[in-house]
Amino acid sequence: MSIALGTVTPSFKLPGVDGSDHALGDFSDAKLLALVQYCNHCPYVLAWEDRLIKLARDYADRGLRVVAVNSNDAARYLEDSFERMKERAEQLDFPFDYLFDASQSLARALGAERTPEVFLFDEQRRLRYHGAIDDSRDENAVSRSYLREAIDALLAGEEPPVTETESVGCTVKWK
Amino acid sequence: MIELLYWEGCPSHPEAKALLEQVLAELGRDDRIVMTEVRSDEEAERLHFPGSPTIRVDGRDIDAMGAGGRPSLTCRIYHLPNGRVSPVPSREQMEAALR
Repeated sequence: MSIALGTVTPSFKLPGVDGSDHALGDFSDAKLLALVQYCNHCPYVLAWEDRLIKLARDYADRGLRVVAVNSNDAARYLEDSFERMKERAEQLDFPFDYLFDASQSLARALGAERTPEVFLFDEQRRLRYHGAIDDSRDENAVSRSYLREAIDALLAGEEPPVTETESVGCTVKWK
Repeated sequence: MIELLYWEGCPSHPEAKALLEQVLAELGRDDRIVMTEVRSDEEAERLHFPGSPTIRVDGRDIDAMGAGGRPSLTCRIYHLPNGRVSPVPSREQMEAALR
C-alpha cells in the first residue's frame, strides 16, 4: 500500500547513472521533489517518457527536481539492469537523475506498485500528489495533466487540484 | 483460430481484447477469441510468450518483429505506425493479420 498524503519522504541513498550516489539530502535546494518509479522495459514508461522529460526540462529552473527510480528485479528483467539504465539515460539525455534501487528498499518505503508512478513532495518533503503523470498514455488524448497541475499549484502556494490518481502501468518487479 | 495470451500483471489485455473485438466486428467476422492466461515463467517458456498481450491468428503472431522476444511475464512493447511505443498492438497490425 502506498504512503499516505502528508507522509515525509523516506530517506534514501542510491547509485545514479551519473556514477554518483544520491541521497535525499542532496535535493534539499529543490522546492519540489518528484520521485518517479521508473524502469527501462515497460511500454507504459516508454509511452510517457517524452512527457516526463519535457516536464523535467520545463520546470528545472522553477525549483522542481525529478528523480526516476528503478527498483525492478534486474536479474529477471535484464532490460532494467544498471548498465542498461545508463545506456537509456545517455541515449535520451535524461534531464533528471536515474537511480537504481537494487535492494528495492525505496520502492517498499514508498509503497510503490507501478511504473510509472509519481510521488510529488513539497518543500517540507511531504507527499502532496501521488499517481499518474496525466490521464492518458496516448499523448493526443490527454485531458488532465495531473502532475503539471499539482506542480503549478504548489509553486503558487495552493493546493493541488487533484491529489491522488490511479497509476496505470507495469507492476514493480519484486524479487 | 484467434488467441489472446495475457498475463494479469500487465493491465493492457482488456484494452487489446476490446480493440480486437472492434476490428473483428468491422471486418464482419464473428471468430471467438480464445483467451489464455499465462501464470508463470515456465508457462511463458512453454507457450513462447514474449509478453502481454500476445495475439496469434492461426498460430501466427500479429507482430512478427516482437514474436521472438525472450519468454517472460512482462508487458509487451508494440510500435505504432507513428513511431510511438504502446502496450497494445495497433489497429493496423490487427487488421493486417485478420485480412
